[in-house]
Amino acid sequence: MQPVILRMEGIEKYFPGVHALDHAQLEVREGEVLALVGENGAGKSTLMKILTGVYTKDEGSIELFGEPIDIQSPHDAQKRGISIVHQELNLMPDLTVAENIYIGRENVRGFFLNQREQNQAAEELLQSLHLNIQPRTVVKYLTVAKQQMVEIAKALSFPNTKILVLDEPTAALTDGEIEELFTFIRRLKANGVSVIYISHRMDELKQITDRITVMRDGQFVKSVNTEEVTIDEVVQLMVGRVIYEEPKMQSNVDPGAEVVLEAEHLNSADVKDVSFQLRKGEILGFAGLMGAGRTETARLICGADKRESGVIRIRGKEVRINCPRDSVRAGIGYLSEDRKRYGLCLGLSVEDNMVLPSLERLSTSLFVNDRKLTEVSKEYAAKVRTKTASVKTAVRNLSGGNQQKVVVSKWLLRNCDILIFDEPTRGIDVGGKNEIYKLMNELADEGKSIIMISSELPELLRMSDRIIVMCEGRITGELDIAEANQEEVMRYATKRR
Amino acid sequence: MKKLSGDKIDMNKLLAPAALIILYIFFSAFGNNFFSADTFKNILEASYYIGFMAFGVTFIIITGGIDLSLGTVMMCSALLGAYTFKQGCPLILSVLLTILVGVFFGLLNGLLIAKLKLPPFIATLGTQMVSQGMGSIITKVQSQTWPTATDLTGGWFKRTFIRANLFGINGFPVGALWLLGAFVIATLILHKTKFGRYTYAMGSNEEATRLSGINVDNWKMGIYILSGLFIGMAGLMYAAAYTTITPGTGNGQEMNGITGVVIGGTSMSGGSGTMVGTLIGVFIMSVLKTGLSSCGLQAPWQTFFTGVVVILAVLMDIQRTKAANRAKK
Repeated sequence: MQPVILRMEGIEKYFPGVHALDHAQLEVREGEVLALVGENGAGKSTLMKILTGVYTKDEGSIELFGEPIDIQSPHDAQKRGISIVHQELNLMPDLTVAENIYIGRENVRGFFLNQREQNQAAEELLQSLHLNIQPRTVVKYLTVAKQQMVEIAKALSFPNTKILVLDEPTAALTDGEIEELFTFIRRLKANGVSVIYISHRMDELKQITDRITVMRDGQFVKSVNTEEVTIDEVVQLMVGRVIYEEPKMQSNVDPGAEVVLEAEHLNSADVKDVSFQLRKGEILGFAGLMGAGRTETARLICGADKRESGVIRIRGKEVRINCPRDSVRAGIGYLSEDRKRYGLCLGLSVEDNMVLPSLERLSTSLFVNDRKLTEVSKEYAAKVRTKTASVKTAVRNLSGGNQQKVVVSKWLLRNCDILIFDEPTRGIDVGGKNEIYKLMNELADEGKSIIMISSELPELLRMSDRIIVMCEGRITGELDIAEANQEEVMRYATKRR
Repeated sequence: MKKLSGDKIDMNKLLAPAALIILYIFFSAFGNNFFSADTFKNILEASYYIGFMAFGVTFIIITGGIDLSLGTVMMCSALLGAYTFKQGCPLILSVLLTILVGVFFGLLNGLLIAKLKLPPFIATLGTQMVSQGMGSIITKVQSQTWPTATDLTGGWFKRTFIRANLFGINGFPVGALWLLGAFVIATLILHKTKFGRYTYAMGSNEEATRLSGINVDNWKMGIYILSGLFIGMAGLMYAAAYTTITPGTGNGQEMNGITGVVIGGTSMSGGSGTMVGTLIGVFIMSVLKTGLSSCGLQAPWQTFFTGVVVILAVLMDIQRTKAANRAKK
C-alpha cells in the first residue's frame, strides 16, 4: 500500500450560524485517485477550499509528507504542490493556451513578454503530459474536454504538484471526452500525482477511483476501497438511509393508451426528421450523447426555437407552435437542463415564479388577487413537497432539488399535462434526485405524460417506460423498457451515419 | 444555513429614508433659511418633474433596461407644447401634445429595444440626441414660454399643476397632489397588476419569462410607452414650474431621475425595486438641489454633488447585489 502523503484531521469550520465542518478528516495516499463524495452541503467543497487555501480552518491539523503545515492562501497551497481545478472553467477564452497556463506568472524580459520562451515552456509541459494541444491555439477554439485539460495542465505547471483536486470535472463532458480525461488521470497517477476527485456521477467512481471517502453533514463518514463496495452502498453511506425508487422492469403504459403528443418529421439545423408519439401516463426517455439533438428537439416542441418543417399534434389535433406562448397554451411545460438560466427568476419569490405562466388565467381583473395567488402557490408547493421557509422566500435560497420542484409546480399550476424534463437531476444531490424521481412517477400515475431527457443512462433505465435513442439529430432506435439495457442504448447512441 | 440575518435587509431598507432625514437636518442647520415653509414648497416643486421621470424609469430599470433620453424627451415635450401654444393652439391641446410627445418617444424607444433588439443604453442614447435636436429644430432654437399664473388666457395652467389658492391656503402646492396621484397609480401598476409582475420577471430573467409563455416583446413595449407617458407628464410639470424652456437643454436631467430610482433601492441589474423607494429617492434629489442652493452653492456645485451621489448610489447597488449573492450560498 502506498504511503499517506496528506492527512487532514479534526478540521473545524464555522460560518455565521453554520457548523460547516465538524471534525472532518481526510487521508490521501501517494499516486491514488481518491473520490470525495457526499450530498450537496456535506462539506466537500469547504474541506477542499481549506486544503487549497481559499478558506482558513478554525481548528484542526494538516500534515503534508508527515510535516504539519499551515495553508494561508491559494498561492501558499500551490507552492506546496496542492492545486485545484474548479468545476467552472476559469480560462480566458480569447487568450492562447500558453498565455492561460502562465497567466500571472508571465515570462518577461524586462518590460516585454517573452512569448517564444513561454510557448516553448508550455509546449514542453503539454508534451510531458502527452496532450496533443498547441500552445498557440486560442482557447475558445478547443473542445470543452481539451479546455479542461488545459486547466489541469495549468494546475500541474506549478513545480512539483503532488496533489490535484478535480471538482466535478466531467459535468460538461461527453462520454468520449470523459474517457479521454480518465486516460489522462491514469497517466497522472502513474507519474505519482494524487488526485482528489469530486463527482456526483456515481458510475464514474467505479471506473476511475481507488478509494472513496464519504462525507455527510460536515463530518467524515467512512473511507472504503472502491473495489470492495457497490454504488448502492456508497449512496447509502452518503444519505444515511436507503434510497431510490424501484427500477421499472416493464412499461406501466397500456399500448392502447391515448396518444397525447405526436411529432412528425421535425426538422431544424440540429434536428433531422424526428417523429415520435407520447402516450398518456407515459415516461418517454430520450437517450443519446451530448449534441445528439435531444434538447434541440425539446426546444422545437416548446417553441423556444423555430422549426424548419414538421407537424406537432396534441390529442390528434394539429397545433401551431411558433413561440413558447403557443406551446404553454397547448399544455406543454418545459423544464430546462439549465434551470437557473431558462427556468427560474432566481431573485423572485417561490410564489412569483410559480404563478408566472398562470397570471393570465388567475387574474382576469385589473389587479392581481394576492391572497388567491399565495393560496394556490402554497397548495402546489405542498403538493410536490417543496422545502421552503415560505412561498415568499427568494428561489435562489432554495436547494437545487427544491428549485426543480418550483419549476414543476409552475407547470402543474398552469395545467400543463405534457411535461418535458430535460436533465431533471443535473446538479441535484442524491437525496434530492430520488425526490424528483418519486415526483415524476406520481405525475405519470396521475395521467401526466412525461418526456425525460437524460445523459445518465442508469436514471433513464430506472424511470422510462420506453426509450428513444438519438444520434446526430436523428432517432436511431426505440426500445421498450423490458428490452432496454445500457449496451443496447449505447449501440444506438453511437450509430452514426 | 441559508438565511440571511434579518437585520441586514432592514438596514438596507432604512438607508434611504435615513439619508433623506439626515440631509434635511443638515441643510436646516447650515442652509440659509432652509427650514421654512417657502423652502419646503421649493423642495416640493423641484420634486414634481423629477418624480414623474423617476416613476416612469423605475419600470424600465426594474426590467434591467435604462433610459438615457428621459431628460431631453422631457424638455422636448415641454418645448413643443409651448411652441404650439405660442403658435395659437388652444392651451388644452398644447398640454395634451406635451404628454403625447413623451408617449411618442416611449414608443420609439420601445420599438428600438423590444422589437429591433437594440441595447437600451445605445437606443436611448440615440433618442436622447434625436429628441434634443428635434426640439431645437422645430423651435428654431428660440426659447419658449408657457403662460404664467397672472396670464388672462392661460393662468389656469400653473394653478392646475403647481400652486393655487385652495382649501383656504395661499399658494397651496397642487403639484404635490399630482405627484401623489401619480405615485399611487405607479405603485398600483407595479405592485398589484400582471404588468408589474411581468416587469419584475423580465428583469430577473427575461428568457425564463419568455419560456413561461409570456410575450416579452409586447410587455416591454408597454413598459416603455408607460414610461413615456410619465415623462410627458414630467415635461408638463417642468413647464408649469419653470415657465421658460430653453432649447438644447435637458441633457443631464435624466441623471436626477435615474439617481433617484437607484438611491431608492432599485437595482441597476434589474429584478428588484419599489415605488416607495423611488419616491424617497426623488425627495433626496430635490432636497439636495434646494439645499445646496440655500447654502449659496449654485448650478455647478449641484451638478458636482449629483455626480457624487450617482457614484455613491451605484456603489450601494453593488453592495446590495453582493449581499444578495452571498445569501445564495
